[in-house]
Order: sequence, then C-alpha cells, then structure tokens
Amino acid sequence: MDFVTRFKNALFLILVLLAQAIALAMQVRTPADSNQPDGRSVRLIRMWATATVAPFERAAHAVGYGMHHGWSDYADLRHVRQQNKDLQQQITHMRIQEAAIAEDALEGRRLQAMLHFRENYVGSTVVAQIIGASGSDQSHVLLIDKGSRDGLKADMAVITQDGIVGKLRDVEATTAHVLEINDQTSGAGVLLASTRIRAILRGSIVGRVQIGNLTSDSRIKPGEQILTSGGDQVYPRGLPVGTIESISVDPDHQPYTAIVVRPAVNLDRVEEVLIITGTQSDLTPAALQDLTTAEAQHSADVSAERLPGIHDDQIPAIGANAAAPGTPSAPVQLTIPHPLPTFHADRYTSGSTPPASGMTPGVQNAAPVSTPQSSPPQGQPHSQPSTQRPAPSHPSPKPESPK
Amino acid sequence: MVTRSYMSRREVEQQSFSLSVAIFVPVGAILLQVLLPRLIPALSILDLPLIVTLFFAISRRSPIAGTTTGATIGLLQDVLTSQPIGVNGMAKSVIGYTAASLGSRIDVDNTSTRALLTFGFSLLQSVLLYLIERRLLGIRGFHLLWLHELLRAAVNTAVAVPVFFLLDRTKHQE
Repeated sequence: MDFVTRFKNALFLILVLLAQAIALAMQVRTPADSNQPDGRSVRLIRMWATATVAPFERAAHAVGYGMHHGWSDYADLRHVRQQNKDLQQQITHMRIQEAAIAEDALEGRRLQAMLHFRENYVGSTVVAQIIGASGSDQSHVLLIDKGSRDGLKADMAVITQDGIVGKLRDVEATTAHVLEINDQTSGAGVLLASTRIRAILRGSIVGRVQIGNLTSDSRIKPGEQILTSGGDQVYPRGLPVGTIESISVDPDHQPYTAIVVRPAVNLDRVEEVLIITGTQSDLTPAALQDLTTAEAQHSADVSAERLPGIHDDQIPAIGANAAAPGTPSAPVQLTIPHPLPTFHADRYTSGSTPPASGMTPGVQNAAPVSTPQSSPPQGQPHSQPSTQRPAPSHPSPKPESPK
Repeated sequence: MVTRSYMSRREVEQQSFSLSVAIFVPVGAILLQVLLPRLIPALSILDLPLIVTLFFAISRRSPIAGTTTGATIGLLQDVLTSQPIGVNGMAKSVIGYTAASLGSRIDVDNTSTRALLTFGFSLLQSVLLYLIERRLLGIRGFHLLWLHELLRAAVNTAVAVPVFFLLDRTKHQE
C-alpha cells in the first residue's frame, strides 16, 4: 500500500500509457475494410469530434472566405483586361492543338475498341469547399463542406482542374475528410507518362509524395509527368498527378529508388475541390460535341494541307470557325478547282477528247469533236490556279491493240 | 520553542483554474491549430496544444493532473488526424507528467526558464513521436529531421512565451 501511495504519480502515468498502447494495438490490428479504414468505435469517436469541430470551422471559413475574396475580387478586377486578352490567345492556341489531338483520340478509341478496353470517363462531380485541416504537419487530412447527403461515399476521388488531391476517407452527413495524396497512409496507382511504367504513389510522414517500388532505371528522369493509371479503382485513368522532382537511392529499401514527385496541385493552397461521384464508359454529350467539332476542324486542316493550291483561300474560313468559341463549326465547303480557259485550243486541251461512246475501235480520230469553252465556269474565279498536270511535249506511244 | 510547519514548494504555489478556462483554453487551442494552417500553411509547424499542455502542467504542478491534461489534449488532437488515436495522446501524457514534476522543483514563472522548458519539451515530443511511430507502430519511412525539429522547437518557444503571459491572467492562487 505504501508502494502505491509513494509511486502513485508514476503508476498513474504507466496506466494511462498502457491503456493508450492497448488502444493503439487494437486499431492497428483491426482488419481494415477498404471503405472503412477505422474500426467502428474509432470511427464513432472521429465522427463525434468532427461534428463538434465542424461548425466552428465552417463559421471561421465563412468569415475568412468573405474577407479574403472581398479583397481579392477587387484586386483581380485590375488585371481582368490583360487576363482576358491572354485567355483569348490561349483559346486560339488550344483550338489549333485540339484538331491534332482529335485524331489521336480517334485512333486511341479505335485501338481501345480492338482491345475491348473500356475507358472510365468522369461522369458526375460534386463541388466542395475546404473548411478545415488536421492541424498537424504529420497528418494531411482536409475537411470539406459536403457529405453523404450530397451523394459522397468513402474512397471517391477528389480532384481539381490541375490534378488529383486525394480521396474521401470518413464521410459524415454534411462533412467529409479528404485524405491527401501526401499523407503517410495514402496511396495511388500511377503511370509514368513517357516511359509507361506503372508504379505505386505514396505519401510520407513529412508530407512528400513519392514512388518507392521501382528499381533504378535510366529511362526515368526528373521532369517526367506522372498520371493516374486507373488500376487502384479510385482515380480514373489519365488524371495528372505531378512531375518527378528527384530520383535517389532509397536507403531503407535497397535496391529500390526513392522518386520524389512534385504534386500537380498545390496541396497547401487548395480551396475548392471536385469529388468524382460517378464514372461512365462513354464520353458526356458535351465532350462528344467538343470532339465532333474538333474532328470537323481537323478534317478541314487535313484537306487544306493536301490541297496546297487552295490552302490560302481556306484560312479565313477556319479562322472564322476558331474565333467563335462554343459554337460548332459549320462544314467547310471546299471548291473543286477547274482549269483556266485556253487561248489556243489543241488536241491536248481539256475537253477536246471525244466521248468514248462516239469512237470506233481501229479508226483514228482525226479532229477534235469540240473545242473547249473559252469562258470559265460560272462562279469560278479566274484567280484560281490550275492543278492539272502539263501536257507532254510528244505523243505517248500507242498501246498495242488486243488480239 | 517555536513550532514551524514545513510545506513543499508545490503546496505553496499550486495554482488552479476555473472550469471554463480548463475546458475552453485547450479546445480553443485545438481549434486554432486546425484553422491556422488553412490560412497560413507554414503555421502547421506550430503546436499550440503542446504549449497549452505545458502551461497547465507546470502551473498545476500535479503530475496526475499534468498526465490527464496531456492525454486528453493529445487524444483530441489525434481524433482530427489520419493517425491512430493515441499517438499524440501518449506523447503528451509523458510531456504533461514530466513538466508537472519539473514545475514543482524549479521556478517556472521566470521567462527564460519557460522558454527553455518549451524548447526542451518540444524536442522531447519530437523524439517521443519518433519512438511511437517508428518503434511502436513500425512505420519505417518515419525519419527524425533534426533541423526541422529544431525549427519547430524555436517557433513553439517564440509563441509560448507571450501565450504563457496571457494565460497567467486566468490563474487562481490557492
């Protein structure tokens, strides 16, 4: 009894530590379902804590958002004119690139059809705002203002226009936790864009995003783009993840390399995210319309390239289509070139050859049946160059008649 | 003959707090810890719950109270992260116990002592978290970045000194 009284402080500490160690062991040993990373009791505790903290975070976010955006909206107006001009230029460039990409997309779809591969496109998304974080630099979790009432479920992919952010972890009624890709418990299936090597992306305790399951390969170089592979069944294939920042030998896992990835999204500055709530095997109607427009424009480009004589005349028509964003381009009417009128008609002149029906086998045709028209066809400008090949200077040898 | 009764330093200077302060200051620290990094991401290096744990532990000078305060604040912090619940709880339990034990032996009202204590306990927490993550949970990728941890300790110290002065006003002398 004296022992307990004398060392009650130390015994109390040991008891508290022991209880927490047992709780830790139970959490680590609990078989984690892919949809439920925590056990039921831990999930309940986290849910209660989130429900307590979320209203404060929501209120603080609303006040901060209002103040920040009130000022930034005013400041942004000063640069709107220049931004608008830059964006118009960007649209023009993108429409030119779009035509080239359309052909690649068509080829890709043909190849996929041949391989019976079904691509998953982003079907539906929900926009959410970040209202809080975990508050620890060893845990990278965000709190968003949408939950199961908005159709969100655990393991849904969270993205921005720049790339992937993470996936949903715990989903409550009106809030949800986003596990960022740089969290130590996070992972994603990725693809190295140029080398097409598949790998597993993981976060780390210090908030770095890295690939650790590849051996040294001279083809992998810093700057290479990383895309989602779609193999993890969370992120749709082809979304930007980031670029390779550095490659070094992993001292903990020889002979593997530690490839540090710079995320495409600035994970510290995310304010709004998109949650992918559904994927589909076909493109959306809007995307299909864009693709059709791009295909039509690409066809016009190809025609213009193959007919160099009319190339210059067609540029204004294509430019006019490109200048009207959002409207489908009208089919381009290409004019068939006609020869210029001849001043002195001879037997080589176009149209001087009699029709085959009026010719008799074995009888030489002495004179042309008709002379060509001296005036150009109606509606055809004189300025159009002729695409007809020049006539030979000597008559071609007569072919032998069949026996 | 004059009879003198001897009381320990702990018994002389043991301080208490009102229930509202004991509840709302730790909860406020955790809320601020969650909100501040959203506004300024670099502030995630700061550990306000640690500062509050230290303040209550050295003020109360009771190892049991310090352990309880540390465990409660640490567990609340764990609940809001992706880590297993108990990582920060265990680390801050030890911090609370040790700080309270030291508080009964040295003058903790001195500014430089407080600064030294905060710096030292911030480093101790980093070591404890490393041991828990690496040895107890077996996370092999966890490395102790000493420069980063020294910077964290310096930032915590710089913030803790004025925060301690502010919280001193909430004390009730017994």
